[in-house]
Amino acid sequence: MSATAEPQRQLLRFRGRSFVAFVFSPVVPIMGWLEELDATLARSPGFFAGRPVVLDLSALELSQSAIAHLIASLQERSIRVLGIEGVDEAQLGSGMPPVLTGGRQCSVEDARPKTKAPSGSLLLETPVRSGQSIVFTEGDVTVLGSVGSGAEIVAGGSIHVYGTLRGRAMAGVNGNSSARIYCQKIEAELLAIDGYYQTADEIDGRLRNKPAQAWLDGNIMRITPLN
Amino acid sequence: MAKVLVVTSGKGGVGKTTSTAALGAALAQNGERVVVVDFDVGLRNLDLVMGAERRVVFDLINVVQGVAKLSQALIRDKRLENLWLLPASQTRDKDALTDDGVRRIIADLRTKFDWVICDSPAGIERGATLAMRYADEAVIVTNPEVSSVRDSDRIIGMLDSKTARAERGERVTKHVLITRYDSARAMRGEMLGIDDILDILATPLLGIIPESQDVLRASNIGSPVTLNNAASAPARAYFDAARRLNGEDVAMTVPVERRGFMNRLLGRRAA
Repeated sequence: MSATAEPQRQLLRFRGRSFVAFVFSPVVPIMGWLEELDATLARSPGFFAGRPVVLDLSALELSQSAIAHLIASLQERSIRVLGIEGVDEAQLGSGMPPVLTGGRQCSVEDARPKTKAPSGSLLLETPVRSGQSIVFTEGDVTVLGSVGSGAEIVAGGSIHVYGTLRGRAMAGVNGNSSARIYCQKIEAELLAIDGYYQTADEIDGRLRNKPAQAWLDGNIMRITPLN
Repeated sequence: MAKVLVVTSGKGGVGKTTSTAALGAALAQNGERVVVVDFDVGLRNLDLVMGAERRVVFDLINVVQGVAKLSQALIRDKRLENLWLLPASQTRDKDALTDDGVRRIIADLRTKFDWVICDSPAGIERGATLAMRYADEAVIVTNPEVSSVRDSDRIIGMLDSKTARAERGERVTKHVLITRYDSARAMRGEMLGIDDILDILATPLLGIIPESQDVLRASNIGSPVTLNNAASAPARAYFDAARRLNGEDVAMTVPVERRGFMNRLLGRRAA
């Protein structure tokens, strides 16, 4: 394409953006470190595939050829090096990734596969007031105080209220039909488990103000006294 | 150490303005320097209850917008020299209040007074949230009926989450003030009992103000009930509440109307 046809100049735009990368800090002997890496890869193949990796060489004294060899060894294992930290610019050859500085520590919790993540539970030590909505889809919710009229608790697991339940409680919202709702005193506006619900009108009046639990028996919600 | 106290409720008509004026006057009678601030922009009433409506020149919004100095807007009470009023604007609405402006005014008032009492508007919108924004303590005015109690519960939730103190991880000290309480009707089960209210709100009780004609009478002549008739039952209840605000331990009683023998015989005049 000839450039003469375009008198209008395109504005060049630069944007700063930050990314999360794994940082590898190899130690001597390099061969031993690579074996360790291979062992990790054997357990979870492809774990580093497609993920940016930065090499931190500050603990090592490597020649240019040694650095080139290390990068090549990683490349063989499908690990692509985005940049190198902790070396002088002069130590790097022209075909190598650039030097990076100013990296900051961050948590890589999200990057890990969530296979062993515990289901978790949420503990609330203060009363839940009217108008507040507590949504915790990861697990159980425990309230040490009361849940006020017009308040709402939504939990992926079960709901435990050690005060009076006057508001709405929705348990097992992710399709967990074995979730239950327990409370010290039941005056709830609405109880729901896995989408099946009952309003205050339908709750047996004899249970009012007493300890009770709600659970699903097939597609019927049972509300029974505790103890 | 100045204290900023917000008088709030969520629901309207429960007695926030009356209680602000009565508590302010009661604290001022104990010799403390008190300013009552009307946050009900557009529907101001505190000036009427304080009997200062004919002396309003500048108001809260003028000060927020820098049109007037704080000292120009403050109105000194005619009866108590250490009681002041900062009136609201009647011609504007709540959008004229800004967070930054309120913060500056409250900070300024803190340096001049022992108590800064903010009379919150009803509702949970801008006016109410800004009235409670910089408070250290809160009086939640509640009537013994379910709608008022639930609204109070909502407001307590906001005090625990939306105030500057809550955002710093500190707590706003909260007190429940039950107004318009009629012990005879509560005994007959026509009203929520004190225990029921405190059970729902899970917040300490500051006082119980009995339902009384004295309150309305005082409002209509533009005087806080604690100034107008200090011996009346509601005034005594407000004085007790003011002492509790100051950390005194005062036994909780429901003051009743003192009626003389003749009054009891001739209670009501027939038409």
